[in-house]
Amino acid sequence: MSLLYQLFVDPFVQMADAPDLLVQTLWEGFVGGVLYSLIALGFVLIFKASGVFNFAQGIMMVFAALTLVGLHEKGVPAWLALIATIGVMYVLALGVERIVLRPLVNQPDIILFMATFGLTYFLIGLGELLFGGSPKTMITEQLYLPSGALDFKILGGTVSLQKIDIAAAIIALVMVAGLGLFFQKTRIGRALRAVADDHQAALSVGISLNQIWVIVWFAAGIVALATGILWGARSDVSFALQIVALKALPVLILGGLTSIPGAIVGGLIIGVGEKLGEFYWGPIFGGGIESWLAYVIALAFLLFRPQGLFGEAIIERI
Amino acid sequence: MFYREAGQFKTSYAADMAIFPIRQDRIGLGLILVVAFVVIPLAGNQFLLNSILIPFLIFSLAAIGLNILTGYTGLLSLGSAAFMGVGAYACYKLSTFFPEVNILVWILASGFVSSAVGVFFGLPSLRIKGFYLAVATLAAQFFLQWCFARVPWLYNDNTSGAIEVSTHTLFGLPVTGPNAAPATRYLVVLTIVAGMAWIASNIVHGRIGRMWMAVRDMDIAAQLMGIRLLRAKLLAFAVSSFYVGVAGALMVFLWLGAAEPEAFNINLSFLLLFMVIIGGLGSIVGAFLGAALIHILPIALRALPALIGLNLGSATIEQLTFMVTGALIIFFLIVEPLGLARLWRIGKQKLRVWPFPY
Repeated sequence: MSLLYQLFVDPFVQMADAPDLLVQTLWEGFVGGVLYSLIALGFVLIFKASGVFNFAQGIMMVFAALTLVGLHEKGVPAWLALIATIGVMYVLALGVERIVLRPLVNQPDIILFMATFGLTYFLIGLGELLFGGSPKTMITEQLYLPSGALDFKILGGTVSLQKIDIAAAIIALVMVAGLGLFFQKTRIGRALRAVADDHQAALSVGISLNQIWVIVWFAAGIVALATGILWGARSDVSFALQIVALKALPVLILGGLTSIPGAIVGGLIIGVGEKLGEFYWGPIFGGGIESWLAYVIALAFLLFRPQGLFGEAIIERI
Repeated sequence: MFYREAGQFKTSYAADMAIFPIRQDRIGLGLILVVAFVVIPLAGNQFLLNSILIPFLIFSLAAIGLNILTGYTGLLSLGSAAFMGVGAYACYKLSTFFPEVNILVWILASGFVSSAVGVFFGLPSLRIKGFYLAVATLAAQFFLQWCFARVPWLYNDNTSGAIEVSTHTLFGLPVTGPNAAPATRYLVVLTIVAGMAWIASNIVHGRIGRMWMAVRDMDIAAQLMGIRLLRAKLLAFAVSSFYVGVAGALMVFLWLGAAEPEAFNINLSFLLLFMVIIGGLGSIVGAFLGAALIHILPIALRALPALIGLNLGSATIEQLTFMVTGALIIFFLIVEPLGLARLWRIGKQKLRVWPFPY
């Protein structure tokens, strides 16, 4: 009885008791969710255009952030380092397309998935070799990102919002809007959608698959860079961030593998759900449930919609 | 020339259905077994046994288990390390409750515990497919790992939070714990792995294996042909988790001697998946080849710079190992996406027709 009370009544009593804490928790979940959706966005971009489930997105994010900080540490001014990092991501996209994807055209999904694992290992080694394995601090000030907190007095308490979190939310919004416009309104965007729809049909009307893949991987690289900067500003730039990126998997699957809005909504559901769960229900289980709650939430949604919230319906034929 | 079945006639159904129909294969396998059971325990040193062969055999067993699920039934699993953990913790609990029972009984019994947990986490596979299923197994991975760290009952309320193996004996010889000789442990592991590989090979070549492969190739078609998906998939989860669980118990009891929850983290799951895919999906030999490559490659790479006289720092070597491993994985996938088992098959075919091209 008391367990039922603890599970189903007590958390809500706590929420009603301290609405300011609830708002704070919701906000933190929201920001976490935005960052998850940014990582998931990188996955979706690549999955849509090439059908590759890109496991390396997490390490690409770490690698981009490391390159940026590492170059700045070596005395390159911040703006130049940013441009150079973008250049590096372009070279990476070219390399991946030429060396990994092109020889593996038409292979089963799981083989391509494994190839991105190989890429992950390679990038971990390369990143550590070039910039060392120790955590670094993100150069927030040099990039004109705000720091400090805004305090609001509402609902009889104080809610404090980190400025960097607000910036993260805005940047995420801008990126999603930008990508949406890019996909819907430009020539390349249309080509990308054509490729996503049907590789062969796209080829037959003269769209170069190789070019498209470079563009998509480059776009995912830019998203990875932005995500890396924002995650890096919240914690440190280290290889541990790669584990955080694994959280993008449930986000992605919850939203549906091919849907950009799905990535956003999925990210918010997971982010908020995870924080609420940890804060109000976590103590009952002894804490630390954040590590698996995201996956269980995704699983619960999947049992009702096996293709994810916004995924294309799975039609099976013999 | 030497590898040719000309003149070997099959005169019974049993001979026709044999797993190794060619005499040379049987001789080769016999030779391998003789080397493994007799020569290596006599000649091998501690490093070879402890750091290379014992883990290689244990990983092979786990890879066979994962191969049953992913390679034969087509269900992607990213949670195999957690099931190894279930096996290890189950064996630990059972052997501390009943220390007087033979440890081998508990190692095999812990496979059944792992099986039960596997079936539970396999239930979503009836509704979710492909990469979506990967999330269900990831949920298992993180949830079980959390249990290993947060449920004190599982590690008998140790202050360290780790499980440690006490000494158990078999025929009067210590097989687990700090006093066990590497050669003894090696022989025990080898016996279990060889036996279970033989059983697995028989399962996948029989009715059950065909049922699994039908489900892998197209589950709806399989269902229309009268295969009950619920039973086929859950059976695959059960058998696979049994193998993986036994491998986990062996890993802690006969190799590491102690383990923390971190030993069963997601990286181990990925490593096992590598072994299965590099070795070849849907092949028992492939599981051994993949385990050999993935486990021995980093060890070899670490030893290489010292051998050729290069003096690199240990950190640099570690990083280069990562890079080379990654590059080789991509290389192998490009050269032969069907895995080392496929290369093995091509090699055998070439030998058969040699000196002619076909």
